[in-house]
Amino acid sequence: MSESPDRFSQALKEILSGGFTRTVLSIILGFLVGALFMIGSDKAFIESLGYFFSRPGDALGAAFAVVTEGYGSLFRGSIFNGEAETFEKAIRPLTETLRLAAPLILAGLGIGLTFRVGMFNIGGTGQIISGMIWATFVATRLELPFIIHTVVAVIAGVLGAALLGALTGFLKARTGAHEVILTIMFNYIMFNFFNFLLKDPLLLGEEASTGNAKADPAAASAVLPKILGDNYNLHWGFILALAAVFAFWWLMERSTIGFRLRMVGENPDAARSAGVSVERVYILAMGLSAAFVGLAAANQSLASPLGLFPSAHANIGFDAITVALLGGSNAPGILLAGLLFGAFKAGAPSMQVFGVSPEVLGIVQGAIVLFIAAPPLIRMLFRLPPPQTTSVLSDIRQKLMRRGGAK
Amino acid sequence: MSQIQLAKEERIGFKSPITMASIGVFVIIFFGVLGREGETVFEISRRADLIQLPSISIGSSSLGWVSGILLLLIAGYSLSSSLKNRKTPLWVSVLYGAIGVIALLGWLAAGNQVPLTFIIGTSLVLAVPIVLGAMGGLMCERVGVTNIAIEAQLLAGAFMAAVVSSITDNFFLGLISAMIGGALVSLVLAVFAIKYLAQQIIVGVVLNVLVIGITSFLFQQWLTQDAENVNFPGTLDIIKIPFLSDIPVIGPVIFENRITVFVALIFVPTLYFILFKTKLGLRARAVGEHPLAADTVGINVGRTRFWWVTMGGMSAGLGGAALTIGNAGAFGREMAGGFGFIALAVVILGRWHPISAALAALLFGFSIILRVWANQVSPGIPTDFIIMVPYVVTVIAVVAFVGQSRPPKALAIPYTKG
Repeated sequence: MSESPDRFSQALKEILSGGFTRTVLSIILGFLVGALFMIGSDKAFIESLGYFFSRPGDALGAAFAVVTEGYGSLFRGSIFNGEAETFEKAIRPLTETLRLAAPLILAGLGIGLTFRVGMFNIGGTGQIISGMIWATFVATRLELPFIIHTVVAVIAGVLGAALLGALTGFLKARTGAHEVILTIMFNYIMFNFFNFLLKDPLLLGEEASTGNAKADPAAASAVLPKILGDNYNLHWGFILALAAVFAFWWLMERSTIGFRLRMVGENPDAARSAGVSVERVYILAMGLSAAFVGLAAANQSLASPLGLFPSAHANIGFDAITVALLGGSNAPGILLAGLLFGAFKAGAPSMQVFGVSPEVLGIVQGAIVLFIAAPPLIRMLFRLPPPQTTSVLSDIRQKLMRRGGAK
Repeated sequence: MSQIQLAKEERIGFKSPITMASIGVFVIIFFGVLGREGETVFEISRRADLIQLPSISIGSSSLGWVSGILLLLIAGYSLSSSLKNRKTPLWVSVLYGAIGVIALLGWLAAGNQVPLTFIIGTSLVLAVPIVLGAMGGLMCERVGVTNIAIEAQLLAGAFMAAVVSSITDNFFLGLISAMIGGALVSLVLAVFAIKYLAQQIIVGVVLNVLVIGITSFLFQQWLTQDAENVNFPGTLDIIKIPFLSDIPVIGPVIFENRITVFVALIFVPTLYFILFKTKLGLRARAVGEHPLAADTVGINVGRTRFWWVTMGGMSAGLGGAALTIGNAGAFGREMAGGFGFIALAVVILGRWHPISAALAALLFGFSIILRVWANQVSPGIPTDFIIMVPYVVTVIAVVAFVGQSRPPKALAIPYTKG
């Protein structure tokens, strides 16, 4: 039962040509691009360029310093702060990453779902706002007992977003209007509508209105409870995200609905011939996609201690597109991608303190996904083998599984 | 099967007359019957103008009645064209839009003045980035490449124009480098879309993220630290064309502007001419509609797409310059503020036609100035809803008229020689 060298090299080829290798390389390249920008804008480096040929070590040293300290402060701000006095404080950044990753994961699942159906939901912002309107209404205007209040508010957020999504899907299915344009327009419409609601104390505005567009914080009975006590801000939103990842996996990979969705994504004509109503699938897909985005909306509404401002959508709708792309639109991938970009959000303030504009993380984020979007480019840069059609890897995996199961 | 579909596509529906009539009824009810008290004064001339025309004064609610009835009449005309299976002509839609706009202005400014020349002129200036961005998008889409990255091109152009003009003290170089900036973004899009066959919508969205990141980073790290030297370009001079600029209304609106506005005004009809009246345009459209057929008759699909996408980027980059040195006088973080996405909507609203797209862009320019102005004239009215108008109009147009507006057939489909 020894593996022949031939099979071994074939397995290696499969690994190298696979999505995982490409993703890792794209992330590394993205960080490199970000590093170039940090170096290029560093004062010490630019000054040392003036005498580069007499003492090149200075320039290299300055470049090395700015990159290590920049990414170092990102690490300290998002994962583990070795400089903190106590262990409790040292791991605080990690809990912040998890907290900020939750809405990105939730919305990323939503956007990823439409990619699987061959559609493109660019309306995360509008849907998240629609969800926030409903969730905030329940959380600030209704009086319900603990837990039930939270659950009702979450459901309201999901419904609010899902209805807008389904409306988009309906319009696309009925008239053939492109969902990209519809969703962009709904983003603006919902943003302004939200603004209007927040200004009026009779609608969603603060009851003790100051004339600013702002909502009251969610009632104490409706907030998402904290997980690790009052020292950490991490709340149940992250558990919600983990549950949603599992639900997404089950929905897409195991359920009949998911099979239908993927079928339309692969080939709408074939799906139609097989008796699937493609129009219904469009409506369903946009509704389901927005429902996941609605969970992110509930996360925003029910965990903000100050109450919502018009900017409470926090650009999550657009960030979620990059999350879904990096995560390859599958559940585990989106979880990891959401954690990475959540870490970016958590680490940004500490980069600011160090003096590197955290906007560089936007460059890293964009660069990573740009490389992801063009597999042939990465293959060419690293001379990776072309996509393999053999299935050595999955054979090995299956064999291992069977052995494990026999025990 | 395909013949039935074809027949369906060619029948002109009753969507335009129905939409037009419902808006007309809306105007009569809300601006006429439930209209506001007071006279609205339309000021035609500015005080500094050479030729003074008298102002026109009319009761706000009676204007609502009159314009509502006019809108219904136009809807009737549109119905008769639909019955004859003819499209509603463009000039009718333009007339309809103009009357609608006047009704809205008259309602808002009850008991106040409407500075007509100022509003139209500012709408045009504000619309220029959208117009040039939309032309850029249109040039890409006509050859079959979706360009969601207009926002990125505008930002790149705005950034380059501000920085290069500040450093060199030369606006001409600023304009040129704005075009180069837009073209660079386009180059990435073109290479990814044409060479690496990447999904065009995705590349576009990602380019937006990337360029927002780059410009914001450089702005924070460099422009704010050294604003006097690198982000202080000022604005282009206003050029007054002699005699023509003395014509009432049209003069100040069109013939007294910055070079960016003139470029936009000239570029739109030029693009129309190139696209629809020259061999060059015919080839471009062929590539967008049926690349295989174009390839068969010897047109190089890849190269055509590449050049049109790059030129489109130059147009959008110039639109970015109109934001900084053509209006604001400095670069600000994420200053394109969604104009790129509006330009995208404008392309579709204008049915991939340069002139209709430019008119649609004017509507958005108008809505921007309207928001500012309406707040001053009648503070009680929720401006949030007024801001929504163009977006709602776009949704209605896309949903209602989509049967009549058909994108280039090969849009977003990479072409591989097979």
